[in-house]
Amino acid sequence: MTELARTESVGDIEAQAAAWVRRRHFWDWTAAEQSELDAWLDESISHRVAYWRMESGFARTEKLVALRAPIAEAPARRFPFLIGIAAAFVIAAVIGVAAMKAVQPPQDRLYTTRVGGHETIAFADGSKIELNTDTVLRTRMTTDQRMVWLDKGEAYFQVKHDAAHPFIVNIGSRRVTDLGTAFLVRRDEARMEVAVMQGRVRLDAAGYAPQTAMLTPGDVVTAAGETMSRARKSTSELVNELGWRRGVVVFDNMTLASAVEEFNRYNTQKIVVTDPAAARLAMVGTFPINDVAAFTDAVQDVFKLRVENRKSEIVISR
Amino acid sequence: MAEIPENENAEPRRSGAAMTAPDVKAWFIHEVLPLEAALTSFLQHNWRNRADISDLRQDVYERVCEAAAKQIPDNTKAFVFRTARNLLINRVRREHVVPIEAVADLDTLGLALDAPGPDRSAMARDELRRLQAALDELPPRCREAVVLGRIEGLSGREIAARMGITEAGVSIHLDNGIRALVDAIYGAAEDGRRKS
Repeated sequence: MTELARTESVGDIEAQAAAWVRRRHFWDWTAAEQSELDAWLDESISHRVAYWRMESGFARTEKLVALRAPIAEAPARRFPFLIGIAAAFVIAAVIGVAAMKAVQPPQDRLYTTRVGGHETIAFADGSKIELNTDTVLRTRMTTDQRMVWLDKGEAYFQVKHDAAHPFIVNIGSRRVTDLGTAFLVRRDEARMEVAVMQGRVRLDAAGYAPQTAMLTPGDVVTAAGETMSRARKSTSELVNELGWRRGVVVFDNMTLASAVEEFNRYNTQKIVVTDPAAARLAMVGTFPINDVAAFTDAVQDVFKLRVENRKSEIVISR
Repeated sequence: MAEIPENENAEPRRSGAAMTAPDVKAWFIHEVLPLEAALTSFLQHNWRNRADISDLRQDVYERVCEAAAKQIPDNTKAFVFRTARNLLINRVRREHVVPIEAVADLDTLGLALDAPGPDRSAMARDELRRLQAALDELPPRCREAVVLGRIEGLSGREIAARMGITEAGVSIHLDNGIRALVDAIYGAAEDGRRKS
């Protein structure tokens, strides 16, 4: 065994590894910085080992978030309602009309879209929520916090961050807290997905094993039942996932089965693929969300499959 | 508190085969790093100069990763400790600092190998406690920066504004904090305190 030639001290290397982790997590991280980091990692095994250790260790410090004061439940009040009102009047008397808002009852609103629908809700604070097809969402905007429940479907959030008025999205037992952000949340019967485009969000999950994660751009968390897993997606993959905002679905090397499933979300006339081998064919393309014919024509022309338009459904077979 | 696992869609590896770079990284993170506390105490038992411990540990890591890129070891734990022992013996020969018999004798190696592997669930339970202890030991301003960044979720810029210090100052606090917390994660903070 030969001695390894190391030109830098271990202390220096560790300090550099820590600096990379810090830049990546606490400052804006650009593609240029990623290639700078890649080049540094390529320089030596010493750099790689130190960075792997620092990065994976730092990821595990995420559980420190548990030390944070728990998020208050939406309707929880510290005082009984009447005392609350009385207190609010006292405050109003002291600091003027601004506090009058505190006595207004919280406003609950329900928003829904039908299959193929797409709606944008704009809030007075500048935040926006875009609802995708077949979605049910409720909001409760109070003077202390902005609460949203995604009961079903998919929504894209662009939040004007305001630490004094947290913006919280509830998805069943899980909640996403905005920390200055644009993010996507999708929920169907079996699973939910949170993807972050900009800024940061915190994800808290209640349950047998409470979990908390800080998500940054490119992070995608999927949950089915009690289990959650995390992956990273590139900007272009995320832009594809948001195609519906422009009225299109984008298939980038997706199986025909997944593409059909995606397309069916937007249309009442459902497509069915009967041939298992055909279901595994890889699809590439961009289609208008409501244009079933454009999609089936492409399938017919490109894959030479048989397309049969019945009233209730469209059947694709060999 | 459980952490969300990275989705690695890792296929089961066959020992003896060569590993790709992402495989080496995954192997290092999931199989080698959990041995760090045991490895550190093995090195401390067998090497007098405390100041060399983090250098030795880094050497062991580099060697096992280079070897693993060529061939996956059958038994990671035995492989890591054998590498550590050989490294110590080489150092002793080269530096003539301690008599060879006093170093890295097979008994201590055997002891280290017989010790039960890290119990992952116990490690996870213990982790928050160790993290909290490490956090409490940080100098106050450093601790404040780490709490704002890691617990409250502020960005570097926001931390600087909140603490009324420069962004460069925030970077120094965060870097020191990150290193201390990572040491605590791998269980080396108790006796393998870094020299800095």
